Amino acid sequence: MSEARAEQHAAPMVTPELVSSHGIGADEYQKILKALGRPPSYTELGVFSVMWSEHCSYKSSRTYLKNLPTEGPRVLQGPGENAGVVDIGGGLAVAFKIESHNHPSFIEPYQGAATGVGGILRDIFTMGARPIASLNSLRFGSIDHPRTGYLLSGVVAGIGGYGNCIGVPTVGGECYFDECYNANILVNAFTLGIVKKKQIFTGIAKGVGNPVIYVGSKTGRDGIHGATMASESFSEEKEQRRPTVQVGDPFTEKLLLEACLELMEKDFIVGIQDMGAAGLTSSSSEMAGRGGCGIELDLSAVPLRESGMTPYEILLSESQERMLLVAKRGTEAEIQQIFEKWDLDAVVIGRVTADQQFRATWRGEEVANIPIRALTREAPVYQRPAARPPRQDQLQQLDLATVKEPKDLGATLKQLLSAPNLASKEWIYRQYDQFVRSNTVLAPGADAAVIRVKGTTKGLALTVDGNSRYCYLDPYVGGVIAVAEAARNLACVGARPIGLSDCLNFGSPENPEVMWQFSQVIQGMRDACLALNVPVVSGNVSFYNETDGTPIFPTPIIGMVGLIEKIHRVVTPWFNSPGAVVALLGRTREELGGSEYLKWVHGLTRGTPPWIDLKMEQAVQLCCLEAIDQELLLSAHDVSDGGLAVALAECCIGGEKPLGVRIERHEMIRGDAFLFSESQSRIVASLKEGSVERLKEIAARHNVPLQVLGVVGGSRFTIQPLIQLPIDELKTTWSTALPARLK
Amino acid sequence: MRWGVITFPGSCDDHDVVDSLKSELGQKVKLLWHKDELAGNFDCIVLPGGFSYGDYLRCGAMARFSPILRGVIKFAQNGGLVLGICNGFQILCEAGLLPGALVRNANLQFICQPVYLRVEESDAPFTSGLKRGEILKMPVKHGEGCYYADRATLERLHKNRQVLLRYVDVKGKPSASANPNGSVDNIAGICNEQRNVFGLMPHPEDACSKLLGSEDGAKIFNSIAAACAEKASAHV
Repeated sequence: MSEARAEQHAAPMVTPELVSSHGIGADEYQKILKALGRPPSYTELGVFSVMWSEHCSYKSSRTYLKNLPTEGPRVLQGPGENAGVVDIGGGLAVAFKIESHNHPSFIEPYQGAATGVGGILRDIFTMGARPIASLNSLRFGSIDHPRTGYLLSGVVAGIGGYGNCIGVPTVGGECYFDECYNANILVNAFTLGIVKKKQIFTGIAKGVGNPVIYVGSKTGRDGIHGATMASESFSEEKEQRRPTVQVGDPFTEKLLLEACLELMEKDFIVGIQDMGAAGLTSSSSEMAGRGGCGIELDLSAVPLRESGMTPYEILLSESQERMLLVAKRGTEAEIQQIFEKWDLDAVVIGRVTADQQFRATWRGEEVANIPIRALTREAPVYQRPAARPPRQDQLQQLDLATVKEPKDLGATLKQLLSAPNLASKEWIYRQYDQFVRSNTVLAPGADAAVIRVKGTTKGLALTVDGNSRYCYLDPYVGGVIAVAEAARNLACVGARPIGLSDCLNFGSPENPEVMWQFSQVIQGMRDACLALNVPVVSGNVSFYNETDGTPIFPTPIIGMVGLIEKIHRVVTPWFNSPGAVVALLGRTREELGGSEYLKWVHGLTRGTPPWIDLKMEQAVQLCCLEAIDQELLLSAHDVSDGGLAVALAECCIGGEKPLGVRIERHEMIRGDAFLFSESQSRIVASLKEGSVERLKEIAARHNVPLQVLGVVGGSRFTIQPLIQLPIDELKTTWSTALPARLK
Repeated sequence: MRWGVITFPGSCDDHDVVDSLKSELGQKVKLLWHKDELAGNFDCIVLPGGFSYGDYLRCGAMARFSPILRGVIKFAQNGGLVLGICNGFQILCEAGLLPGALVRNANLQFICQPVYLRVEESDAPFTSGLKRGEILKMPVKHGEGCYYADRATLERLHKNRQVLLRYVDVKGKPSASANPNGSVDNIAGICNEQRNVFGLMPHPEDACSKLLGSEDGAKIFNSIAAACAEKASAHV
């Protein structure tokens, strides 16, 4: 039966229509003809289409990405591998990466999000690292959009379903809602693993004659052309693309994880890579590309889940929970033994060759023979046209005189605390196992998550962050702030940044306005990375997040990792000591452009994002870090979305026991601006009265403005003379808003 | 005292139990593999949390058939101490070592949060170092943690004082709002009639360090260790 069916699937003729339906342009087809010296077979056309897809080739972004700083004294592995690796001392390193799974999650939220988690986990343990913490960054359409509840519930259940089952804690994340994501949600998954410096593995094929071994799940028809789908915009009909979404099996991945880590204790592996986007094709050709060799695959040997699969399908399948490894010759039997222990397939399907060709045979017949460099190094690279949108000037106009200041600012604060973007996200993170592996010192809800490094006195702080409204209004400033705020989040718990991974979510690169946004965001990120000394060690670009020609706001998400030398010094954002003095590092200015207040209360997305001076930003962070190192602070919290009033409210109600606060208004600016302005480079801290002089001395040394605001205590939230509310009322408003809207 | 911790395929918290016992409490622990027979001398066998065999069928339904379980059942019948945490509790119910069942949480979602527990009885080895009415804090994290038993079983549980832990609020009241998953009578942990098999949904291994927010979990492990030491000295 299977043979008969395969015969029926005899390869179609390669026609211009077929070429174009593979998303390959006329110029690109000419390049293929030149690379091969002949027309491609159907199978080869499929291989080119996935390897040259935006998703795999980074053809539109590559020229810009090279502007990002990627080096630093701690960087052991920069971009280009499965994940970046950074030294944390004591013979240990961390591997981390963030990756998008946007398109599949919109089509099928549970599986799309689940396999996004599965994919990023494999990227980490491929490097030899045990995954110990995951975070995620989510963007949904308006909370009132009819699909938002369904998508949010599905995505959260999918992330939990996969992460919980595989035993990696989800320790943090963020979630925002805006109409611009109504038809293009974003699901970005971040994972960090810990690895011995001497046991880092990479995705490389070397050593002519070495066996190529396939391990993990069997191959099915799921996810064929997933990479191509992720490289196209949506339109009505594309929603019918459910079969391109893969189905996850976290149990098998758990076995694969344990088997791979057990194998890595032995000296058998030359290189190893996850079969992610574009499956067997990309893993094998990329490994050969890195090693400067060729690779030969016998597709008949690939373990199959379905009958009658064609070579085309086998090469392009994106079935999950599979890995490809190149082993030292002679170790095959021992490798198979380890996988057998974990009830997994481990099959030799090919070997490393000297000829620098990607060759695949099927039942003794050659079905593909392509120069490796045509698939990797020599894949197309575009300098796409970029143009500033004509509407940008108008967008940035904001006349505050036309923005009426609310009479009851207490009511406005409550309105903001119940806004989906600011309300408690406990409904989400309660569905994630935050504690497995027993390292979680600071769970979701804090400025940054903190995990301990067992066997040391160190800790790691992790955050994901990005404000797309700022990027929409001014992509350069938005890019700067995305990096600066992530670093500030780390500073608030007492961590110094050691590296970041970026997930760049944008519309179509064929739209010059999107490319302008992209180039500006990269410039901003670059400047902030250089100023704050944070290298970019891994990342992912997701283009084509647009539907029927309308792109999402430019959304760079920064996943940043910080190192804490003395874990016992960690500070939380929440007030914890009645009588403590509240102080503000940095200055509040009249900056309402792009604020959550302007959006949620006045329905406006306009103006310019808050001004940022990277020197001041760094000074504020260093001041906070020094104060935490000297154990002066009882709490520290970044002032960001919603401004000072929301930050103070979070300090009061975010912890286990709500505590009141009483502060005085101190800047003579509009009341709403004093409360809700999102001026950058601000941290609100609490400390013992006796420590205030020492903090003042540190702030003065760093040239950081320091303002004593008031005192922690009581059961009321008071900002004299603007707001006075019972603290329990704020807590209830904030904690019940999201679940109430999802009913 | 010799601890054995079983790794099933899909166990997630096995290493957490081992790490907590070893580095926080200085205990001797051996990891046991599901495909092996139970061999060696142990004082307490721990069935850890996780998703044994993926839990694609009913939670714990597959694990009860794994080779090592035969030995665990015999070990329990001979009076050995068996502790089932989360998925381990589910397995013990499936294996018939504990009465009742754990079903889908009342809100149909996975739930991860710290909970407060009240110690209901202190005359089982697992709670022997604790006082009745003492409040413990540790996390739960499960999708199927809603304890259910029929009326007759519940009556027997109460009559024999087999409920060792209940979900309570911070003041120690077993209120409905303190019940995270809809468990009948706020039941968080029960033992068998012989009091040598204990299953609980909360995770004591994640609450053995001040750094992680609670050391209350260590009180349960320490109770077990003290009870075993006492038994050993009584035998001498």
